[in-house]
This record gives sequence, C-alpha cells and structure tokens, in this order.
Amino acid sequence: MATITIPTALRQYAAGYSSVSLEAETVGSLLRGLVEQHPTLGKHLYSEQGKLRSFVNVYVGDEDIRYLEGEATPVTNGDTVSIIPAIAGGRK
Amino acid sequence: MSDIKLSNEEIARYSRHLIMPEVGMAGQRKLKQGSVLLIGTGGLGSPLALYLAAAGVGHIGLVDFDVVDASNLQRQIIHGTSTIGVAKTESAKRRLADLNPLVEVTTYETQITSENALDLMRPYDVIIDGTDNFPTRYLTNDAAVMLGKPNIYGSIFRFEGQATVFYPKEGGPCYRCLYPEPPPPGLVPSCAEGGVLGVLPGVIGTIQATEAIKLLTGIGDPLIGRLMLYDALAMRFRELKLRRNPTCPVCGKFPTVTDLIDYDHFCGIVPELNTLGSQYEITPRELAALLQTDARPYLLDVRNPNEVAISSIPGTDKVIPVDQLAERLNELDTSLEMVVYCRSGVRSGRAVDLLKSAGFRKLKNMVGGILRWADDVDTSMAKY
Ligand SMILES: [Zn+2]
Repeated sequence: MATITIPTALRQYAAGYSSVSLEAETVGSLLRGLVEQHPTLGKHLYSEQGKLRSFVNVYVGDEDIRYLEGEATPVTNGDTVSIIPAIAGGRK
Repeated sequence: MSDIKLSNEEIARYSRHLIMPEVGMAGQRKLKQGSVLLIGTGGLGSPLALYLAAAGVGHIGLVDFDVVDASNLQRQIIHGTSTIGVAKTESAKRRLADLNPLVEVTTYETQITSENALDLMRPYDVIIDGTDNFPTRYLTNDAAVMLGKPNIYGSIFRFEGQATVFYPKEGGPCYRCLYPEPPPPGLVPSCAEGGVLGVLPGVIGTIQATEAIKLLTGIGDPLIGRLMLYDALAMRFRELKLRRNPTCPVCGKFPTVTDLIDYDHFCGIVPELNTLGSQYEITPRELAALLQTDARPYLLDVRNPNEVAISSIPGTDKVIPVDQLAERLNELDTSLEMVVYCRSGVRSGRAVDLLKSAGFRKLKNMVGGILRWADDVDTSMAKY
C-alpha cells in the first residue's frame, strides 16, 4: 500500500479526504486508482489528452517524478506520494 | 560595504542582532546597505514589511494599488482600523515609520505590470512577491530571472502554505521550472473564494522575511532548491526537492521567454464583462423588482453552505456550490427562467457559462453578487 496525500485545494473533489491509501505498482496506476474512486478529481489532474496537467506536480517522497520515471515511477509499500498543484491566494 | 557605519541610535536598536556572532556588526551593516522590493502589502506583505523594517533593512520598496478594507484586518496586520479606506502603501508606510524611522521606505501606488516591472525591480537586491495571484507570480518570476535577482516565493491557501527561494543566477530553479504554465481559471480555487486562516500568511510571510535577511547577510542555508510546505491543521512542515529544469522557458539553456509578456492573457484572465453577453445579466435592483411580480424567476445560489449561513437572498430556491454544479445539473430544470448569484458575481458568471454549455438558455447572472445586492437593495444585509 502507498499513500497519496491530497492538497487542500483539491480535497473538495475527493470527498474531503486528505489522504488515500491504495495498492499500486507505479505512480500512474496509483493516481488512476485515486481517480476511479473520485472521478471529479480526474479533470483537475489530467488534461483531455490524458496527460498529467502542467500545474500539477507529483512527488514520491521528496522527489519530483519528472526527474524519476514519470508516471512509470515504481512505488513500494509505505511510500508517500504527494500531489502539489500550483496555488495562489487570489486578488485576481 | 565596510564604509557604512551604524549610528549609536542604530547600535542601541539592533543590539540583539549585534551580540550574535552570526549577524554582528558586519551583518547589520549588510542589512542597512540592503534593499528589498515587496510586491503587495496584504497578507504576506504585512509580516514581511514589519519584520524587514524592524530588522533594519536599509531600503524597503512597497508596491500596491489597493486601499485598506475592513475584511483585510483579519490577516493584514500592518494595517489598522484607523487606516481603513487609506491606500495600503500609505497605511503601511505610516506603520513602518513608527516601527523604525531609521529605514527608508519608498511607496509605489501602482499595479506591477509588464511595462513597469523591470524598472521597479532594478534598484533592489531582493524581490518578494507578496500578492499571491498567478499573473503577478509569473510576471515577478520572469522579471527577476531576467534581472538575475533572487525572488522569494510564498503562497497560501486556507490552512496550507508553500515557500521557497527562486534564484537561477545561483544555480537554483525558478517558478517556471516548477510550473511551466498556470492553471486555467476555475480549475484551482483561489483564496478569494476558498478563504484563508488569518495566521497562515503570518507563518509563510515570516519564513520569506527570514530568507530575505539570510540572503542579505549571507548567513545560513538559503531555501534554494527546496520547497517548504506547511500544513497548519496537521501542524506539520515538509520539504520537497526542487530542481532546475534545463528546458525551462525562462531560465533554461535556450529560453523562449526573453521579454515580459501579457500575463493576464497568459493566465487565461479575460475582462469579466466580455465573457457573458448582457442578455445573460441582471442587476440586483432589476431582480428585486422581478421578485415582486408573477414572473418570479428560479433563484440559484452557487456559494458554499458556510457563506449561505452569513447572508442570502430571501426566496432562494436552491443552493449548489459552483464546484458541484457539473454533477448536479439533473436537479435543475432547463424550462424555468433562472437567476444565478454568488458573493461578487464571478462564480455565478462561471456557473452561467457552464449551464449555457449544458444547454440551459433562460439564464441570468446577477452582476455584482450579494455584495451589490447589499448596496442597492437591502442595506441591512451583512457583507463579507
Ligand atoms: Zn526556470
């Protein structure tokens, strides 16, 4: 089991959960498992072409998957995967 | 640098710095010689300006075009009840003059734009974006990279904050290495609609001020290449690695962005009035008159339940928060004349767009939202 932490900004699309634990081999299958449970999260994480959106970064531990093997990055038992979207306070 | 002397008055004021070997006379002189440009004197800018002035940073520039509003005071602690209605730059300058008259404060009562950003930033050693909106974030980043200056980043949302130092000239990444492109409007909520815990910008702004002081004095390990995450509810700090992206459009080997661009356009922000035709709009006064007649429209509130608890328009038929609207269309009837409202008219405008694309036609957005309703129709209503 690996744990995905869901940032405050996206929790409303994941029934309010701050983290979800799932069985998965790679980051990609972990994220898809998460989207299966919470379909509205899908459009916030993936573009229409099914690619991870460029304002959403995903980390395994403290490392960005763009500098590992992307969505094919393996996850092992006890790993923490974090979704870190661009956030901004507002005014505009 | 050593030609700058501290007066006896300064030595007395900064004595708690001077007796620490890590700062000492040399560090305090560097602070006095140093300059910081603060973009925004709001939630993050308040603790930033206060601590930087208190620490004796010689020259502080403040950029803001807003005026102090009562709803700012829950977190913008540099302002006060006595300066409600005063320009934020002026309000901040008055507070800083009281806190430390020995530092020089320059105010720019303007919005930072692609036209003025480089000129505003050029005279300063360190740049800090305390405004926290996407267009200014990208503008500040790009201009700081082009000028080779450090850009101390902070961002907040509800109970969560992030901070880091972007400094490509020293080998670190920039904001575009992290996020090459901004989210399209509506996909990530902003704090204007999400709210923010008042002390949160205090924590993040103070981290930014700490980094500014470290950069100016050259002490400690700067927060370069590391993203600090703070969760106030869990009371937890975490750190992620940030890497320089060799293909970054601004700080990469072959940059494609070499001039400042139109950042509102880049962030997908278009003037609100142009997005909806006027046939899709109704003013609060017009709605109030219509509600007295037999042609009473169906009234949809797209705010969150905790906002509805503050105030709402009598006779509202339904509440569906705008983020749930797409999944709950089946609860609405396309044949009814419908008026949609929210706090200010922005979310309801988005809701009307969404409903239009779902086939609804008998729609109107109440312009100005409940804020304008409180001004024009029911002045006893609470504004928030
Ligand atoms: Zn970069």
